[in-house]
Amino acid sequence: MTTEILIWLIPLPPVLAFFLIVLFTNRSKALSHTIGVGAAFLSWLGAMIVFVRALGVEHLAENPFTSAINWLPTGDTFLKIGVLIDPLSATVLFFVAWTVLMIFLYSVGYHNFGQPAGDHDHAGLPPHGATVHGHTVPSVEPMYSRFFAFIGLFAFGMFTLVVSDNVLTMFVGWEIMGLCSYLLIGFWYGKESARNAAIKAFMTTRVGDVFMLLGIAFLYSVTGSLSFKDIFSEEVLHALASVPTGVFGLSAAGLIGLLLFIGTVGKSAQFPLHVWLPDAMEGPTPVSAMIHAATMVSAGVYAVIRMFPIISLDEKTMTVVAFIGAFTALFAATIAVAQNDIKRVLAYSTISQLGFMIAALGIGAYVAATFHLVTHAFFKALLFLGSGSVIHGMEHGVLHTGNHKVDPQDMFNMGGLRNKMPITFWTFLIGGFALSGFPLVTAGFWSKDEILADAWAHGHMIVFATLAIAAFMTAFYTMRQITLTFLGEARTDEAEHAHETPWTMTAPLVVLSIFAVGYGWVGIPEHFPGLGGILPNWFHEFIGSMLLEHEAELEFNLIPLATSLIVALGGLAAGYLAYRNVKSPAEDKLQIPVLKNKWYVDELYNFLLIKPAIWFSEVFVSKWMDKGFIDGILHLFGPATGGVGSVIRNYFDLPVINQFFGDGSAEVTWWFGRNLRPIQTGRIQQYLILSLIVLFVVGGLLYFLLMA
Amino acid sequence: MDFLNTHLLSLILFTPAIAALVMLFLPNEDRLHRWFAFGVSLIPFALTLVLWNNFDPNATGFQFEEKYTWYEAIHSSFHVGVDGISLTMVLLTTLLTPLAILASFSVSDRVKPYMMLFLFLETGMLGVFLALDLLIFFVFWEIGLVPMYFLISQWGSANRNYASLKFMIYTMGGSLGLLLAVQMLGVLFGTFDLVTLYQQWNSLDAGSMLMGMPVSTVKSIAFWAFAIAFAVKVPIWPFHTWLPDAHTEAPTAGSMLLAGVLLKLGAYGFIRLVLPLYPVEAKIFAGALALLAVGAIVFGAFGSFGQTDFKRLVAYSSVNHMGFVVLGIAAAGLASGTADAHIAMSGAVLQMFNHGLSAAGMFFLVGVIYERTHTRNLNDFGGLFPLVPIYGGILIFTSMASLGLPGLNGFVSEFMIVRGSYQPLTVYTAIAMLGLLFTGAYILKGIKNVLHGPMNEHWAHGEHKLTEINLREILVIAPLMALMLVTGIWPMWILDIINKAVTALF
Repeated sequence: MTTEILIWLIPLPPVLAFFLIVLFTNRSKALSHTIGVGAAFLSWLGAMIVFVRALGVEHLAENPFTSAINWLPTGDTFLKIGVLIDPLSATVLFFVAWTVLMIFLYSVGYHNFGQPAGDHDHAGLPPHGATVHGHTVPSVEPMYSRFFAFIGLFAFGMFTLVVSDNVLTMFVGWEIMGLCSYLLIGFWYGKESARNAAIKAFMTTRVGDVFMLLGIAFLYSVTGSLSFKDIFSEEVLHALASVPTGVFGLSAAGLIGLLLFIGTVGKSAQFPLHVWLPDAMEGPTPVSAMIHAATMVSAGVYAVIRMFPIISLDEKTMTVVAFIGAFTALFAATIAVAQNDIKRVLAYSTISQLGFMIAALGIGAYVAATFHLVTHAFFKALLFLGSGSVIHGMEHGVLHTGNHKVDPQDMFNMGGLRNKMPITFWTFLIGGFALSGFPLVTAGFWSKDEILADAWAHGHMIVFATLAIAAFMTAFYTMRQITLTFLGEARTDEAEHAHETPWTMTAPLVVLSIFAVGYGWVGIPEHFPGLGGILPNWFHEFIGSMLLEHEAELEFNLIPLATSLIVALGGLAAGYLAYRNVKSPAEDKLQIPVLKNKWYVDELYNFLLIKPAIWFSEVFVSKWMDKGFIDGILHLFGPATGGVGSVIRNYFDLPVINQFFGDGSAEVTWWFGRNLRPIQTGRIQQYLILSLIVLFVVGGLLYFLLMA
Repeated sequence: MDFLNTHLLSLILFTPAIAALVMLFLPNEDRLHRWFAFGVSLIPFALTLVLWNNFDPNATGFQFEEKYTWYEAIHSSFHVGVDGISLTMVLLTTLLTPLAILASFSVSDRVKPYMMLFLFLETGMLGVFLALDLLIFFVFWEIGLVPMYFLISQWGSANRNYASLKFMIYTMGGSLGLLLAVQMLGVLFGTFDLVTLYQQWNSLDAGSMLMGMPVSTVKSIAFWAFAIAFAVKVPIWPFHTWLPDAHTEAPTAGSMLLAGVLLKLGAYGFIRLVLPLYPVEAKIFAGALALLAVGAIVFGAFGSFGQTDFKRLVAYSSVNHMGFVVLGIAAAGLASGTADAHIAMSGAVLQMFNHGLSAAGMFFLVGVIYERTHTRNLNDFGGLFPLVPIYGGILIFTSMASLGLPGLNGFVSEFMIVRGSYQPLTVYTAIAMLGLLFTGAYILKGIKNVLHGPMNEHWAHGEHKLTEINLREILVIAPLMALMLVTGIWPMWILDIINKAVTALF
């Protein structure tokens, strides 16, 4: 099979799985997950073959695998859609395929496949456990098959986005993921919080999406094409940079870049559209891992990386990008330190890390951002899946004690889990250290260090300082999380009775932790003391070849390296020291209301945007404008017509027609009749006399008239 | 075979009406009437497929033309024909009518007149799409109103008298100017033939005098006379308030056709008459038209979001979606001759088709739930998903098509309209995005309030027990869903024809 055809086929298995499960196999859990995981495996296989073949191509950036067909007739031309594998998409495809496959596998265990159906479980609510021989054991998810259908559709969206050779199908994949994100966050739709979170996620990202759509329309209008090959050609880029738009003094490239970037702000949960992601933790944990760590939120960053040639043309847009990214990185980190829900910490951490990537792009650190995107996808997926494993273990404890008041996600209810769940502990530790940027051995160190080095080398001191502080806080809250969850002694009976999860859940953790460590080695800077040059800096070569102007390898500088060492190790140490003896939230000094309440952004939006929008819809438009004003005017026509009618009737029809002409003529006739009645006496003599009189009168008149 | 080819359009047009008359003589048996009407309504659909098959997308001008003497005294002839635009609409009409009739199998009140009215309605609608003579156009335009009026006023729900009267009077009132303008054209040129009028009317010297006024003034007035008639029908803001009432009160199948086809008559009027007859005025007044269209998009979306009645919510969504059609038309009028115009206009025609599918589908699904629960109040629902999972899945699918989710049909047309309107009408397009955003809000509100939530105990047991969507109902919605998906993935099957017609015309 040619590589091009194979690329076309990569997204298809999961979407076929979606239709198969929805239409035919949804009653059989085993069949459904076989189809689901099998489809993910096929896509993975295709992706790996394509990846290996892509590695074998010299100068892949100039000679990518590509194939396109006519899709939309537009006047005399066609809008083409197609697939493209260049170094960037090959790299992204690699991590997407791995994480997707792992998450599919993990879902089997997470949703308790093989366990009995619950005693009181309903579709739409998380399973509550089943009683077997007097013991309460975990029960299987009632909508097990549906879950695999949804994540299949989601995987289709992500693969479509990655292999697209044009902005339009990229947007299609983007939106399909948005739908799946909505469906999966609201998977347990019986919960009020899940329902609201689903809508919030969809609507918040849609704010970004409509701007993005506008940007795509603009781009398409100006360039007449949407395929990357055409729009990133030198002439087009030059034209885009030189056309002014009159909006904020931006060039066409700047405005297009900004509009597309707003789409990313929504999808990658950057400030000010970050609010949906923490709430999205209402979804099942594999969903959090897949959508909110490894793939969908990465898609936002991927879009900016993809559009980098256009975005980087305008300084103003780049400044906005850098500012948003750096601010978000710090802002989200401050919230993360005060969260007690194990998944919410990771959610804010994700926002923060995405901020790192966006900031890196804003300062032009293309390769570093891509590198961090990949390593982050691995270690954050690992962390989310690890947290799901922890929650699962805790739920086990809750079922054991029967005390359902204990929140299995609250870290203050945990402690000492390292002995109960060793695999989860060690893999979580690896993920956490990678997130913190633990020096040399973790992938997170190499990618984060590269961002800081780039910021330093290009003189972006504010970005450098902001990111350094954020990195310190990252290490701090990560160690806080590890300490509270795994170290020390169990703080509740439930934690005491937690135990390790099945192999379907731990195996993905192990695989991902290998990447969380090993992936860093493909991007060790050439000039790094001691280690540089032992392994070639493959990543830099491969991704760097995407740019028209190849980025030079940075000269080594001690200051950024020292900074990243200090913030990582210092943060970890501080986190451990501060929390090793903390027993309850009351002893936690960082439970500051403003941080705990996420800087009150939700409350602000509710007050400024949501309430007014509801009022505008329900009262202004529906009641005042439509029912009151417009219908009010229409209803005037009724009475007005009636009024005209009654005027005509009362002042013309009745008096003139009826009374004057109608009744009047009758009246006249009647008057004559009445007044002539006396002469109708019935006496012959009178009639003869009258006849005689008439004869004389008529005769006299005739005589007079004729003779005279 | 030859007769079929030369009289194809007449056959499509009159089969339903003749069948309706035949129904008069059928024995009084409800089952018979239902199946007869359904079977007969499949004939125009089958003929349309023949038409589609034999249609040559590359030929310019009208095809399958038929012309008969009709009203010689005022030089009006019975002239019909199709091009790529009307063909699409004919397909939509002949597809939706059988489905609407199938959806009405649960109606048991006065089945015979009900079914007859549907068949008459089909002829009325088809006539508008096929007419190439202004007077014929107007006649069918008005004929379509009558069956719909009776369908609403006789088979509608509680507030049906108000709604049907408002619908009838408003549409007729709007058409008065159209009638006058049509008469004027007929008197001026001694013909109502559209093909001739396109030429002669446009070749009038703009500076010369006509009936004591400069030609440009006459044309401006006539433009608005046409535009208002069609604006009421589409409807665009602020002429839209008849729509929520009429849609909400109409019986389910009535709403399907009302939203699915009748609204398209207005948009079709813009495309077939306004733009070709008034290219100059369409340019001058494009901004005003776009403003009203954007009003429809934005206020339609907000209005929909503000409803607590499920059917009204869907009804307002039509205002929102049809606003995009008019935005595309305005852009095409402004930028005629450019690629922008072609894309915007193709998008508008496709949006008409797409909205026909999704609106009919949505109204049908509202009807399915209303028939079982006898309420449309969104606050009475919630938590129905566990009770009716198949219905829920279908509702989400159709809602997503309506929302314009990429991969389904609505996205393609909305994208084309936005793309085509961006350059000529940048600001309006940007504001329209606000409507697009709130499209999401009302669709999700509908899904949330109907399906989501803990299992609804009220509808779960006993006499209120909600039953799953049945096979007949699935058969009604399945073709629509299939078309939504196919058009979303491979729009070429229909866009090729639309695009060629549009490129030749505008």
